[in-house]
Amino acid sequence: MKTTGNSPSPSLPKSPTGIQGLDEITGGGLPMGRPTLICGSAGSGKTMLAMEFLVRGAAQFGEPGVFMMFEENAAELKANVRSLGFDLDKLAAQKKLVLDYVHIERSEIEETGEYDLEGLFIRLGHAVESIGAKRVVLDTVEALFSGLPNHAVLRAELRRLFRWLKDRGLTAMITGERGEQSLTRYGLEEYVADCVIILDQRMDEQISTRRLRVLKYRGSAHGTNEYPFLIGERGFSVLPITSLQLNHQASAQRILTGIARLDAMLGGKGVFRGSSVLVSGSPGSGKSSVGVAFIDAACRRGERALFFAYEESSAQIVRNMRSIGIDLEPWVKKGLLQIHSSRPTLHGLEQHLVMMHDAVSAFSPAVVVVDPISNLTLERGESQMKPTLMRLIDFLKLQQITTLFTSLTAGGGATPEDSQVGVSSLMDTWLLLRNVEFNGERNRTIYVLKSRGMAHSNQVREFVLSDQGIDLVDVYLGADRVLTGTARVAQEGQERAAAALRQQDHQRKLRQLANKRKAIEAQIAVLRAEAESAAAEVNFAIAQQTLQGATTQQNTAVMAQLRGANKTGNRRKKGKR
Amino acid sequence: MSEGLTFELRLYVAGQTAKSLAACANLKRICETHLAGQYRIEIIDLIKNPKLAAGDQILALPTLVRRLPKPIRKIIGDLSNEERVLVGLDVHPV
Repeated sequence: MKTTGNSPSPSLPKSPTGIQGLDEITGGGLPMGRPTLICGSAGSGKTMLAMEFLVRGAAQFGEPGVFMMFEENAAELKANVRSLGFDLDKLAAQKKLVLDYVHIERSEIEETGEYDLEGLFIRLGHAVESIGAKRVVLDTVEALFSGLPNHAVLRAELRRLFRWLKDRGLTAMITGERGEQSLTRYGLEEYVADCVIILDQRMDEQISTRRLRVLKYRGSAHGTNEYPFLIGERGFSVLPITSLQLNHQASAQRILTGIARLDAMLGGKGVFRGSSVLVSGSPGSGKSSVGVAFIDAACRRGERALFFAYEESSAQIVRNMRSIGIDLEPWVKKGLLQIHSSRPTLHGLEQHLVMMHDAVSAFSPAVVVVDPISNLTLERGESQMKPTLMRLIDFLKLQQITTLFTSLTAGGGATPEDSQVGVSSLMDTWLLLRNVEFNGERNRTIYVLKSRGMAHSNQVREFVLSDQGIDLVDVYLGADRVLTGTARVAQEGQERAAAALRQQDHQRKLRQLANKRKAIEAQIAVLRAEAESAAAEVNFAIAQQTLQGATTQQNTAVMAQLRGANKTGNRRKKGKR
Repeated sequence: MSEGLTFELRLYVAGQTAKSLAACANLKRICETHLAGQYRIEIIDLIKNPKLAAGDQILALPTLVRRLPKPIRKIIGDLSNEERVLVGLDVHPV
């Protein structure tokens, strides 16, 4: 991808087309003072491109132009371009534009002898001089081949014509029908070699997409890709945005999502301004509601919001969102909200993106919601989705527009995380909505899968839609599973009952313990009393024996005294006892 | 052919080129030969009057336009082939 965003080198001055996107691709416009060949099949938009080149040149860049047409007449052309808002009569009256219809009818013409096309030169020269034209369109000069029998003369004269245009420094656009073998049916590329642009309209899954490619641009770098383009209400629009580098400003400002608990999950302050948010989920998981809440919050702040709806009409959205307590109608009436509803099959993906581009440029919103992006791809792979979506996101980020995309995840098979891998890397914040089916009901859960650059909750929350609006409720986190809805309520009831029961149980156990303690204490008292009485008895016996012993000794002593005993006899007597 | 000015012819040329001069000479000769008294020739030099080119849808030069009788016929070239000029003018050779 090479594209010059710089000013063109002085050696190759360029003539800006003023056409959105084309000037970016060509690095400033078409080669000034040289002819450019526009080729494409029938209906690919050659005439429109050429006309817009002239009209914008005349109106915006002060370069009057001559439109020499060979197929349509002036009245037809005027009618055709009026739908794009080009008023050719006005420009003609201001001497900024000359329309010249050159018609040649083969059946009226008889050829006798030598001739040349000096008449064409005279007409063109006259037209150019009459308004001081700087730009010329020949649309499409190939029609002459069917009008004039002598192609040798015609080719020689065409060569002279392009030389003539160059010599006069006229920036010219020559259109040509796409040929089978060559670029153009009659090989015009042979004469016009400075710049060649190919327009193409192709069908893909029954959806047509217009594409533009700069095949050649002598002496200048240019975007070489195929770029989708659109002929819209405001003219030609080419979608060039892949050339941009990732250098958009990153705002530290945070904006609220409109769901208080969700903001709390995102660090309490919502998402960054200018970031992209993906809300993915299975059908009926509440993606649109998140998007609408986001819009509602933006409108409440007085910001403009743009809603691209690919599933519902705007009236239906307004009606349906009332059921969750969000009324969008006042915002629409105030001009803060625009809802663009269309069927995804209306255009190809690129066309849709070009349209979004146009709508965003025209409305300059602060917030854009696309609901859903998954519908845009339909039969087409994500490989096509990603680059085009990248263009859109880059474009929106550059303008500091906060975007919310919803995306439908395919049911079954892959996990929701897997199904969005293609686009998720483009997203700064990814919210995942899920249906949890359990206990005979479906409930919605939400969690933050990622959110770049901010602390965010890792918790799953129950997502409750009611006529009060959107709320997030803590889910019941049981031992083995997450419960939501009535199961959560029931579980919480059970939990409360169980707690009360446990409380009673504890008290009973405490009482039992107290009783037991009392019983033990009583036993201890009895034992102690027994011990005391035993001790008293022992003391008594000891005292008694001591008393007996003393008495005996006394008696012995008395008896010994009485018998007048000596030591030995004393001892013997004693031992006898 | 009836008498009077039945043929109104207009010859477009650009300046005094060899082709222009040849065309003028050829036209006069053919008319005198085959349409004596029945024609009127108007020669228009587009170098002097470029505005007039658009009116008759002139591209090739020289071009001879048969304005009358209707329908309009155009003959391009220096009119050197007399036979073809007569076919183009729808005139039967005398």
